Amino acid sequence: MKGMKKVIGRPKYLKEVPNHYCPGCGHSIIHRLLAEVIEELDIRDRAICIPPCGCAVLAYYYIDVDMVEAAHGRGTAVATGMKRCLPDRVVFTYQGDGDLAAIGTAELIHSANRGESITTIFVNNGVYGMTGGQMAPTTMVGQKTTTTPKGRNSVTDGPPLKMCEFLSPLDGTAFLARTSVHSPKHIQKTKKAIRQAFQTQMNDEGFSMVEILSQCPSNWKLSSVDSCRWIEEGMIPQFPLGVVKQRQTEPS
Amino acid sequence: MKKNEKVLLRGSEAIGEAALRAGCRCYFGYPITPQNELPEYMARRMAELPGTVFLQSESELAGINMVYGASATGTRVMTSSSSPGVSLMQEGISYLAACEFPSVIVNIVRGGPGLGNIAPAQSDYFQATRGGGHGDYRCIVLAPAYLQEAVDLTYRAFDLADEYRIPVILIGDGMMGQMMEPVVLPEFRKDLPAKEWAITGAGKGPSRFVRSLLLDVHVEEAHNWKLYRKYQRIERREPQSESYATEDADMVVVAYGTAARIAKGAVRRLRDKGMKVGLFRPITLWPFPSKAVARLAESVGKFLVFEMSMGQMVEDVKLALNGKAEVELYGRPGGVVVTPVELSRILSRRYNAMQHEA
Repeated sequence: MKGMKKVIGRPKYLKEVPNHYCPGCGHSIIHRLLAEVIEELDIRDRAICIPPCGCAVLAYYYIDVDMVEAAHGRGTAVATGMKRCLPDRVVFTYQGDGDLAAIGTAELIHSANRGESITTIFVNNGVYGMTGGQMAPTTMVGQKTTTTPKGRNSVTDGPPLKMCEFLSPLDGTAFLARTSVHSPKHIQKTKKAIRQAFQTQMNDEGFSMVEILSQCPSNWKLSSVDSCRWIEEGMIPQFPLGVVKQRQTEPS
Repeated sequence: MKKNEKVLLRGSEAIGEAALRAGCRCYFGYPITPQNELPEYMARRMAELPGTVFLQSESELAGINMVYGASATGTRVMTSSSSPGVSLMQEGISYLAACEFPSVIVNIVRGGPGLGNIAPAQSDYFQATRGGGHGDYRCIVLAPAYLQEAVDLTYRAFDLADEYRIPVILIGDGMMGQMMEPVVLPEFRKDLPAKEWAITGAGKGPSRFVRSLLLDVHVEEAHNWKLYRKYQRIERREPQSESYATEDADMVVVAYGTAARIAKGAVRRLRDKGMKVGLFRPITLWPFPSKAVARLAESVGKFLVFEMSMGQMVEDVKLALNGKAEVELYGRPGGVVVTPVELSRILSRRYNAMQHEA
């Protein structure tokens, strides 16, 4: 329109289809951020995404890059196989908390320890979304889920796993950050972290991961607004935000 | 090494070298006895070959998923393991079959179930020929009995995998892995088939995806039909077998792999004594050479299935013969390797009983 400047639009690489995510879910925000970063870094031609088993399995309907679906938890092993064959591509996995921190823990730790030049986008909403709200490895102590009807008991179920801190001592990890998508400010920080993680991979510095705290109103049985509040008040004290590790690369 | 020169190689080395010559560029695997000489050979040899990837995975589960990732990029890739490890790979093999990613999996079978032992066995026949993992699928299963054949079938396995976009299992045992025989190695493959389906980044074209999640039942059914038609095509074209001394035989022993080597020795002994015994040796376990074995039933009244397991391949023989001839099982499970002399005694007893009945 005459006299008006376009300040925001649909990212070029977010396909123009309605998504299946529940209202208030964080996945659609994270998809948009990925599409924006892929556009800004101009890597759509060489980006390959490994979607998980979980709500985000259908990511290939939304993000306009090549994708290979992995079995539950095996994302980083699949990414390892692909990246070793195509070292100049930007290969990233997109995984939920069950996929990454329960069934796929071994693959994650060893890929990270080998310093595979891949990026993991880890969406932590503290619950199994697609299967209907069971306890995840990152469920809060006391949090009610369909398999912890009285709340997660730290004695019988163990406390929630803090994956960034867990991976931090490994020499192979180059960039680890925890962010959130519960407010515009944090969404911007998440985008910055994703960008930095991809950059880490493109510089061939080692394994990179962004853990993103994300809303799941449907399984939390909360409204969208209350879900954002739960991240702020319930999750962030347990999962502190920020860059957990950034390996300083030696000047060449 | 001169062209067509015979070299003396250990089984695991022969398989590894044949794979590399077939254009295998990636090996992923986890240590397990009795097949460790194969990854060790690959680690040594691939370090000399530029553009190849050797990676010791943290588990067979991770290894087969690395195979899946590498195959998705269109690269010729293999893994190897032994029975318990191949059990762990079944999830990945199901996904490879579903996504039609070519791959070669070597199973150096050991005695089982459970941890079992490390002796030569054939107890993974069902697992290999019936799919093994979840869902409706098949793998091509090749069972060499001699090292030259192991070389040739390994070389062929990569072509079959690419042609049909299917996982191919090469099945052997510790005896084959350890023994040494002279072999002629094939040339290094230069021109590998182009794979327009490979996922390598979208470039300037439209983005693509490969998946096995097909929520719409009609889409899943169509996919199953597509796979089924492919399997039918393979069943028509690819069965392979060897018949030995079957022309005038009254009784035929059916055996594959190491069991077939033993059986051949036993059959020779019986022939020397004038007994009309022959050997039928399936080379492809799936597709099973059903037509070839059924043809033999036109003149042979009795089939004795000798397997180093307890009643697995005998089912395929019975299905193939469909009541046309008598089928009996002689199974030696648990890793026991009988000698040709021992087997010839068993065979002559059954042969004489049959003659007596007649």
